[in-house]
Amino acid sequence: MADKKKNWPLWEVFVRSKNGLEHRHFGSLHAADEDMALENARDVYTRRKEGVSIWVVESKHIKASNPDENGEMFEPAEDKVYRHPTFYDLPDEVKHM
Amino acid sequence: MSEKEVKNLEEIFEQKIARDEKIEPKDWMPEKYRKTHIRQMSQHAHSEIVGMLPEGNWITRAPSLRRKVALLAKVQDEAGHGLYLYSACETLGVSREELYDQLHSGKAKYSSIFNYPTITWADIGAIGWLVDGAAIINQVPLCSTSYGPYARAMVRVCKEESFHQRQGYEIMLTLCRGTEEQKQMAQDALNRWWWPALMMLGPTDDASVHTAQSMKWKLKRKTNDELRQQFIDQTIPQADILGITVPDPDLKWNEETGHYDFGEINWDEFWQVVKGQGPCNKERLETRVNAWEGGAWVRDAAMAYAEKQAAKKVQKAS
Repeated sequence: MADKKKNWPLWEVFVRSKNGLEHRHFGSLHAADEDMALENARDVYTRRKEGVSIWVVESKHIKASNPDENGEMFEPAEDKVYRHPTFYDLPDEVKHM
Repeated sequence: MSEKEVKNLEEIFEQKIARDEKIEPKDWMPEKYRKTHIRQMSQHAHSEIVGMLPEGNWITRAPSLRRKVALLAKVQDEAGHGLYLYSACETLGVSREELYDQLHSGKAKYSSIFNYPTITWADIGAIGWLVDGAAIINQVPLCSTSYGPYARAMVRVCKEESFHQRQGYEIMLTLCRGTEEQKQMAQDALNRWWWPALMMLGPTDDASVHTAQSMKWKLKRKTNDELRQQFIDQTIPQADILGITVPDPDLKWNEETGHYDFGEINWDEFWQVVKGQGPCNKERLETRVNAWEGGAWVRDAAMAYAEKQAAKKVQKAS
């Protein structure tokens, strides 16, 4: 072995609880490779039939937005109320709209 | 960052917590908040991991297959809980390796209760009933703690924990309805686990150094004394149903307060065990370190195999 210890990388686990629902982030774990990550995810996160499908992705592949930049990132949507149906004034007599 | 800027960020942070908004990993947080969370979450994770050891002692000797599968599942859950909590802790920028090092070097603490021995089968019943019972009381308020990953992990832990307590109580019930000798065994286990279980809820409020800050951050929602009283009040009627009694001559129902009064806790014993002088401190840590070091070649082999497979893939692609 090289003198620097190699640790198992970190993986993020996503589980679909049942068909019809999206995969949801459940947590993370360490594993040597993707097959082991999948098996460990089953044992750690679905011991009570919590899922019908699992995705794992190595954590380093996730690019996350930075909350410090939430202003630039999300504020542009704030003044665009015209994207919502309630922005438009219609008389009460108009039905089914 | 200037002092004024930090002050401003701190203010925004405290307001967020006051509004019951969660703090997520990449959000700005005071260094003390980060450190306190790493300490508490990792202690909690270590407790789950070391907590497997006293019970693991009885898996091969469980009295029936039904008891054995239940105990196996419980111990497996504890491994799972440790893993949820370690990974939640890692979101604060500490590595798994550092956390293990802290445990193995004795720098980090884990719950003192696991430094007591499990000498009879009734101890497995008493642990499920009392130790998991006290743990649930500690843990339920944490489901709404301010740090998002911790709160989410705790929701999962609490969901799974209630089977642990029920299986323990069922063991006690079976013993108490058995022969006189079996009932004695249950009573003996209660005698030995009662006081350590009360100590699990932590030092009294006037001796607890972290309570005030932790309440403010919603890392704690009730004080140690409140939690302890709640535990006693709900456990005594359960002991009555079993027909055994807690080893406290001062325990009696107080009509006025609507709570049980109870005797003095031996805090010297508590601090002795915390400081490493409990009956099994040395053994627990040794077992844990041996398991980690003995498994090193397996981890290395798995890593070497993964690297080889990855290299093969690259070669094929090029």
